[in-house]
Amino acid sequence: MARIIVVTSGKGGVGKTTSSAAIGLGLALKGHKVVLIDFDIGLRNLDLIMGCERRVVYDFVNVINGEATLNQALIKDKRVSSLSILPASQTRDKDALNKENVGKVLEELGKSYDFIVCDSPAGIEAGAMMALYYADEAVVTTNPEVSSVRDSDRILGMLASRSRRAELGLDPIKEHLLLTRYSPKRVEEGEMLSVEDVEDILSIPLLGVIPESQAVLKASNAGEPVILDTESDAGKAYQDVIDRLLGETVEFRFLVAEKKGIFSRMFGG
Amino acid sequence: MALLDYFLRKKEKQVTTASKAKERLQIIVAHERNSRNKQPDYLPQLTEDILKVLRKYIKVSDESFSINLDKKDGDLNVLELNIELHDEQNVS
Ligand SMILES: Nc1ncnc2c1ncn2[C@@H]1O[C@H](COP(=O)(O)OP(=O)(O)O)[C@@H](O)[C@H]1O
Ligand SMILES: [Mg+2]
Repeated sequence: MARIIVVTSGKGGVGKTTSSAAIGLGLALKGHKVVLIDFDIGLRNLDLIMGCERRVVYDFVNVINGEATLNQALIKDKRVSSLSILPASQTRDKDALNKENVGKVLEELGKSYDFIVCDSPAGIEAGAMMALYYADEAVVTTNPEVSSVRDSDRILGMLASRSRRAELGLDPIKEHLLLTRYSPKRVEEGEMLSVEDVEDILSIPLLGVIPESQAVLKASNAGEPVILDTESDAGKAYQDVIDRLLGETVEFRFLVAEKKGIFSRMFGG
Repeated sequence: MALLDYFLRKKEKQVTTASKAKERLQIIVAHERNSRNKQPDYLPQLTEDILKVLRKYIKVSDESFSINLDKKDGDLNVLELNIELHDEQNVS
């Protein structure tokens, strides 16, 4: 049975696509068979972050409409052979996806993959609903900032009431908190919500804390998911996320700012 | 002066913008969770009345009946009734 993981958030621009790419590639690097699905219909971007934008021929909606087979639409990652990407379509037709036809595609993929990672669009409307409906697990991607935390809580409400698991009365979706764009220095200065603050408010288990990092922009410029930048803080933090998803207990890193000397603290600097 | 600033700043940290943010979030999130879960007050009475009417015509056990008010997108609410009919005598 494939594990279906949705990367979701409510709010846009918090790091869902960045995280989906890192998680998909990271799991595949561990030898698992992974398919990454871009559910952001009309705003395809996962292909760019994965660096396979020139190889898109068919997309998710083509498969749904029977214009292409899954095998024609899936793009094999050039770096890791056990990873495939199913790109979103650029169509403006938001109703292209429905529960029934998405369910069929996921069932088919579930036969040959260990993990199905769904990159959700922003919002709490139909598109985001579709991405989370079949999920077994949700990576609730959150920035330490008021509107992002509030939207994450709304998404938690949807996971608990509008998903397939909720409708069928099955075990609930397993929720994970992924705090991204975290800046320990600003937390210490009292300008940013801390990990503990966000955990207190959302009360779901913490999967990872990804620091605000210049490596992320470099990675998206190059089309190489940041987890491949093994020297970078964000790359290492995503690596820890993978280990935790695979059941390991890993200590959290990058939670405190690099210490300034006592002199620069006292004499301004 | 910087030394003085340093100690003054330490004191000011009692009410940081982050702690304000946390406090506001705790209030709004609790409020929104409440209204998500809250069923309207009339629901128990409505349930009883509907059952009374139904039982004039068909046999309905408590287990085979459920009622649910669901909030969908935006401000659309759906009142959902589920009635299981057991033996054919009921549906003629
Ligand atoms: N940890 C991070 N550090 C710095 N920038 C980040 C980080 N995570 C995401 N970003 C940037 O934030 C923006 C939005 O990220 P993206 O993954 O596209 O979000 P979403 O898919 O939620 O809309 C991008 O410009 C991305 O480079
Ligand atoms: Mg995105």
